[in-house]
Amino acid sequence: MWTFFHKMGSPRWFYQISGQWLPWIAVFAFGLLAVGTVWGLAYAPADFRQGNSYRIIYVHVPASAIALAGYMLMAFAAAISLIWKMKLAEVVMKCAAPIGAGMAFISLISGALWGKPTWGTYWVWDARLTSMLILFFLYLGVIALYEAFEDNVSASKACAVLSLVGTVNIPIIYWSVEWWNSLHQPATLKLTEESTMHSDMLQPLLIMIAGFYAFYALLLLMHSRSEILVRERNTKWVKELVAKRLG
Amino acid sequence: MGMHPVRKQRLIIVLFIVFGAAIAVALATFALRENINLFYPPADIAAGKAPVGKSIRAGGMVLEGSIKRDTQSLRVDFIVTDYEAQVPVVYTGILPDLFDEGQGVVASGMLDENGVFQATEVLAKHDENYMPPEVQSALDSAAESKAKPGKAAY
Repeated sequence: MWTFFHKMGSPRWFYQISGQWLPWIAVFAFGLLAVGTVWGLAYAPADFRQGNSYRIIYVHVPASAIALAGYMLMAFAAAISLIWKMKLAEVVMKCAAPIGAGMAFISLISGALWGKPTWGTYWVWDARLTSMLILFFLYLGVIALYEAFEDNVSASKACAVLSLVGTVNIPIIYWSVEWWNSLHQPATLKLTEESTMHSDMLQPLLIMIAGFYAFYALLLLMHSRSEILVRERNTKWVKELVAKRLG
Repeated sequence: MGMHPVRKQRLIIVLFIVFGAAIAVALATFALRENINLFYPPADIAAGKAPVGKSIRAGGMVLEGSIKRDTQSLRVDFIVTDYEAQVPVVYTGILPDLFDEGQGVVASGMLDENGVFQATEVLAKHDENYMPPEVQSALDSAAESKAKPGKAAY
């Protein structure tokens, strides 16, 4: 296990192995997203109360789940980069921020579009919506802070600390609908109990969530790979790779 | 397992950052807990915890059979309950499609001296249940047929 851990620290090794994973993850991601989208939007039954507007859930719930999970991944990479000074962890932390920000943005926008026909308003300052907006700003904060530094080492350190502090917000988002009264409803998908959604509607949702996870992995790998090439541009292996590509 | 002392020290710093931030935020949110709640439940309003004549929100379920629509205007009277206490609400305006008896609502407005909530906005609160219409009507008719023999016995 430790040899794998140490190998992961080598950007070159990671670049090579992840290149082999990419096509498989891409096929998996687009396959699941295509099946989930058609199933969820065209074949899943309408809701007895909301009609068709509930179908926003097929984008909203996966994007929200990944905005949270992606933050934990970014913070985990931040902790590894602080403790072990692993280059690859710095790369993953930096690259996770814009993708996570995108997911949080999709979550906020899709939620607002659902809120208007369902609640009667796009936005309300309740605990769930506000804490989710804070998550979006934390992602933007990490991106901006990184750009504020000239060198990668200081930038990574500062961003790692911000990422770690921001993890406090994750349990707050998750349990906000239980701890305080809010307009946002409690979770439909539960880890320990049966979900409060009919299985005909739940199955495409689970496929969409799996598809979003695969799509997130694809984006993160692609972004990390290009970041590795930029950082290692003066090394022999990158120069050889470029020479090979250019023929 | 031997961890390098420098790394061990850095690990302690990381844990310190996370737990320090967690404690700070926990204390702040605990102090502000009343403000983080979006609305006052009817039980709190009945107990006099909600301010009178100030802009607040009230939330709960619309009591079954309590909706009275004015025939001349858009005025609607209804009762919000949390099954502990009840608050009468008056609202003039367009209601969201999901507004109905037995459904959740969050109303913004002011509590007047008579204990009536004068709402300026009414939002529908959706619950976490998702079901196709056929399944819901099947559940409803199953509940009715169960209830019928009991009623016939009276």
